[in-house]
Amino acid sequence: MPDNNNCINCPAYNSGNLVKLGINMTDFDYVVALAGNPNTGKSTVFNNLTGLRQHTGNWPGKTVARAEGAFAYNEKKFKIVDLPGTYSLLSTSTDEEIARDFILFGQPDVTVVVIDATRIERNLNMVLQVLEITDKAVLCLNLVDEAKRHNITIDDRALSRELGIPVVPSAARQRVGMPELLNFIFQVAAGEYICKPRRISSDSKSFNTAVDKLVSEIEKEFPGLPNARWVALRLLEGDQKIIDSIKNGELVNLVKNNYYTS
Amino acid sequence: MGSWLIWLKIIIILHDLIMAETLNPKEKLLNTANELRWEVGENFHDTLLESIYKNAADITALTVNHDNKGRKYNFDSVVDKVVTSRLLGFPIMFLLLALVFWLTIAGANYPSRFLSFILIDNIHPFLKDLLFFLNSPWWLTGLILDGAYLASAWVVSVMLPPMAIFFPVFTLLEDYGYLPRVAFNMDSLFRKAGAHGKQALTMTMGFGCNAAGVVAARIIDSPRERLIAIITNNFSLCNGRWPTQILIATIFIGGAVSPHLAGFVTAAAVVFVAVLGILFSLIVSWTLSKTALKGEASAFSLELPPYRPPRILQTLYTSLIDRTLIVLWRAVVFALPSGIVIWLVANLTVGGYSIAAYMINWLDPLAFIIGLNGVILLAYIIAIPANEIVIPTILMLTVLVTGNDSAGAGAGVLFEIDSASQTGNLLISSGWTLLTGMNLMLFSLLHNPCSTTIYTIYKETKSLLWTFVSSVLPILIGFVICFLVTLIYRAL
Repeated sequence: MPDNNNCINCPAYNSGNLVKLGINMTDFDYVVALAGNPNTGKSTVFNNLTGLRQHTGNWPGKTVARAEGAFAYNEKKFKIVDLPGTYSLLSTSTDEEIARDFILFGQPDVTVVVIDATRIERNLNMVLQVLEITDKAVLCLNLVDEAKRHNITIDDRALSRELGIPVVPSAARQRVGMPELLNFIFQVAAGEYICKPRRISSDSKSFNTAVDKLVSEIEKEFPGLPNARWVALRLLEGDQKIIDSIKNGELVNLVKNNYYTS
Repeated sequence: MGSWLIWLKIIIILHDLIMAETLNPKEKLLNTANELRWEVGENFHDTLLESIYKNAADITALTVNHDNKGRKYNFDSVVDKVVTSRLLGFPIMFLLLALVFWLTIAGANYPSRFLSFILIDNIHPFLKDLLFFLNSPWWLTGLILDGAYLASAWVVSVMLPPMAIFFPVFTLLEDYGYLPRVAFNMDSLFRKAGAHGKQALTMTMGFGCNAAGVVAARIIDSPRERLIAIITNNFSLCNGRWPTQILIATIFIGGAVSPHLAGFVTAAAVVFVAVLGILFSLIVSWTLSKTALKGEASAFSLELPPYRPPRILQTLYTSLIDRTLIVLWRAVVFALPSGIVIWLVANLTVGGYSIAAYMINWLDPLAFIIGLNGVILLAYIIAIPANEIVIPTILMLTVLVTGNDSAGAGAGVLFEIDSASQTGNLLISSGWTLLTGMNLMLFSLLHNPCSTTIYTIYKETKSLLWTFVSSVLPILIGFVICFLVTLIYRAL
């Protein structure tokens, strides 16, 4: 049946394969993290995918702990973790630490960063920080309906090119874009889509030399570390938690696991 | 100061360099990082942030096009100018709050009566007959039906309707985007009190449930300010206390004015107590930040999200499931054992008097000084697990002490009286006055948190000291305030 092949490539067909599993999280194949600023609709995306009804509210502090759920898609089971909404991953408040630690130590197979299409510039700060920590990410460009209402047009292909990860325009409240999002989550998790994430570049020479030097040291010491640059940035800032995780071997073990499994 | 620090650092670096040969690779790496950090200088963090912003700006310039032409005004910013204006911000806040209460008070009456008719007037006698038919001993019937069942039934019939109205209405306001504006309005007040502006948000959460408010304090970065937010959260009238406020205000405040004004005055009285709670929250925050928890308020950014039309059906669903039923379930779980305790202290006798009678007599002198009575204080001791059961406990104990069972139930039996006026008659005939009513409303605001909240505070702070302070401070304030009000009232 040659016709079916065309259908399988179409996201709309695949969304039929979505099975919302609620809180049944046994034997999952992949872990998905949901990150992003507050008020961007992370919880709505979470509810759409899992069929759960976590209360969503558009003010910061709604999700202070992480919420977990599950779904199955293309015969693979995904565990999805809704992280607290944060503006950055650089400070030390509890909610930011929960988000950062999960992306770093929880080693999600895909991190979906949900951003508000009407406030792209500010949201990108967070995206760039996530991309320093993990290679495997999908950008969910949410609230495109509101952006349109405010006469904002976004070239999502150019955005994808600039960031080096898939970009899915969506309106989660109306469930627009969810099939495409699922498809990209699957592709990135399964390694069918290889991300080439953009790294933060600086104009400061001393900054760049210091970072480059430390990165090469780190890579020499821990070959296979997926986020050497980010570790270097944290070390240069004197982040005690990262220093400790190098001392007590948490980070090294992480690298080893990663190294031998992949 | 600065120069010897630099020397110290240089010595440390030299020391580390010498040691580096003998160090393991991990420590070597950390030493390299230390040296480099020294080379880059102190403004590394700023350089990093600048780079992030610049990258974000570059990408935005390439991919986003904002067409501002043809737009005369922005709806959101017009609304924001009104609801966060210096002049109108607070009045609008209080009006909305009063409106929500008025809807709750006015709307909850009928379903409440209906539930109480089903659960207490019909099912309770039926179960009693059934147990009698099964030859159950009197004490077992008493424990299960008059203790556990009635306590739970009361909680359901009195709490379910107001919660089923209050939570969805509140959630709709929340979903529309009003709460961040409240935080925006309150921010300067909290900052002046030396607390974090986000405390306005945790305080608002506390209006639903203090335990939830305490957990929400995690959004505050600084440990000092987070602690202040946790300690003062109890000054937000929680959901378990709204019914007490509403009932007592209806009887003693609303009852004191002409009927056509009663609803309005009652709602105003409840808003007054809620605002008083906010005031205490600010005063205590200020005192703490000037004494035990000294420090400056830290800056933070608060986004005023765009107004979004709430999805009404989904909001109704989630607020009913997530909030109403969960809070109700918790109340029932706590009411069950408390009902048994109430029945026991009222029915176990020593030397001819019940344990409750002894305790009430013992508490009466203290209670008199602060314008309450022994029954109320004992009720607050028994009802530590849940504020929700304070009123039924008070009614039951009142009947026990006065022997006034004209309302239809026997000693030690938790019961509900159909209308507020009948409850009022019972209380007034037991010696309650306007002063008792007012002080009960104040004491309901200013007393120790319920046991769930106390446990949550311990879990969040991991400190017995701060848990103790959070529990004892409000009740001390309560005693002082009630004492002062009593002095003034009796002097008039």
